Amino acid sequence: MKRLLNLLLPLIGVLFALIVWWAASTMVTDLPSPMRTWEESKIYILKPLEKRGEMDQGIALLAFYSLMRVARGFLLGIAIATPLGFLLGMSKTLTRIFDPIMQVLRPISPLAWLPLGLIIFQKSEPAALFAIAVCSMWPTVINTMAGVRAIPQDYWNVAKVLRLSPVTTFAKVVVPATLPYMFTGFRLSLGIAWLVIVASEMLTGTPGVGGFLWQEYNSLIYAHILLAILTIGVVGFVLDRLMGLAEARLRAL
Amino acid sequence: MAFIEVTGVAKTFVTSGGSSREVLSDVSLSVERGEFVSILGTMGCGKSTLLKIVAGLIAPDAGRVTIDGEVVRGVRPSAAIVFQNYSLLPWFSALENVRLAVGAAFPDWPRDRQRQQAVQHLESVGLGHAVDRRPGQLSGGMRQRVAIARAFAIEPELLFLDEPFGALDALTRDSLQQELARLCSVAGRPITTLMITNSVEEALLLSDRILPMTAGPRATLGAAVAVELAKPRSASELLHDDHAAGVRACVIATLTEDLARSRSVTRRGLQQAGSVRLTDAPAVKPTLAAEGEG
Repeated sequence: MKRLLNLLLPLIGVLFALIVWWAASTMVTDLPSPMRTWEESKIYILKPLEKRGEMDQGIALLAFYSLMRVARGFLLGIAIATPLGFLLGMSKTLTRIFDPIMQVLRPISPLAWLPLGLIIFQKSEPAALFAIAVCSMWPTVINTMAGVRAIPQDYWNVAKVLRLSPVTTFAKVVVPATLPYMFTGFRLSLGIAWLVIVASEMLTGTPGVGGFLWQEYNSLIYAHILLAILTIGVVGFVLDRLMGLAEARLRAL
Repeated sequence: MAFIEVTGVAKTFVTSGGSSREVLSDVSLSVERGEFVSILGTMGCGKSTLLKIVAGLIAPDAGRVTIDGEVVRGVRPSAAIVFQNYSLLPWFSALENVRLAVGAAFPDWPRDRQRQQAVQHLESVGLGHAVDRRPGQLSGGMRQRVAIARAFAIEPELLFLDEPFGALDALTRDSLQQELARLCSVAGRPITTLMITNSVEEALLLSDRILPMTAGPRATLGAAVAVELAKPRSASELLHDDHAAGVRACVIATLTEDLARSRSVTRRGLQQAGSVRLTDAPAVKPTLAAEGEG
């Protein structure tokens, strides 16, 4: 019974959303109904790996391109953010030096970073990675920093009493103690990276879910916009769940 | 000069609110090589702070600590500390926790030997079957056994015990006290031990000398009381021993005296530290002794 409810209740929510969507489509002329969206985009979903043109590809392929871009930008971001978080966490002086810069850089939108990336790198791909990395790194910086600060005095005492070298202290005490916080940061960072990808693909016109969305808008095929939006949502949801699972496993250790 | 010399140590903590609290003022003590000395006091009297200063975990505001003639700056390589809250790393197994200490103490040893040392010391505290368990999967008593194994595995010449059994139930505490006494006696070399405790019986069971500490703030040490009983001792034996009763009475009298009087005793006591005769101990009714233990 409980299982049935677990399945049924979310379905009711989906159904409700579809009804709202359908109702809205009867009032707004250009907005395709759920049925029309399905009719016009089923080829992308039923043949998800088919490549018909640069932008005209199966939805799985498009999502794959976007994911690869996100992965690279995200990895670049956390590769900078994690060491930075450790440094700031361990040094109050460094925090005081960099805090104002961080607070100013943090709220800047990806749409603002992208043109700067294009100026610096002259190409759309590195510019997109730059925007993703710069936007997604902050939660990891802040969480790692908080994690280091939250290490109980007991653990520092252990390091002192055992006379562990700085390297050993870092590897065996600081990193394991901070890991759960770091992963929360990674999860939030990945969420932001996925938000940024769409914007950067739209502006640079590169193949991917965001690029596809923008092209179909320009081609007036509105059903495909809805397809792209749903894809972005579903992929983002799956990513978050995967990171959540990894995080939960880590915390269980 | 004694092995551990503490002279005129003072420590004041400043709270984030700006107010300051003088925890220790003008504390002096000395411990001979191989001696087991307990500092006995009520909770929050500053004895734990004193231990951390002697061990080199925190620096005193005034006074100085020397061990083997050297001024203490940081934890010495030959020192091990056992804390009340075990202080094990939860992400490592019992074995890895001990091996981490062994690896840091004997970096030149091959990995096999380090591992063997760790296993051997875990076996000596009866945890041979639980080496792969993490602290979270162990009971409080077992965790403290791991912490004790970790302390002995580095073959220390100095042992600092910060209320090592304070968090354990009475039965577990009894067996671990015996275990600790046994480990000290079989170590094959003199281990100088400074223990912090709030239990008179624990101090009686293990120590050569007991230093009562007056209640903080501005805590100082009372006159030292020697425990001249052969080791190992057993708790039941101590219950009916006249000498033990004398020590108990003397220690509790010091702790329950008013602050002003205990101060003057301190000054007199320090000049003749270690030589206070138990016959000088004020007579205290047994009922008072029982209350003082609680």
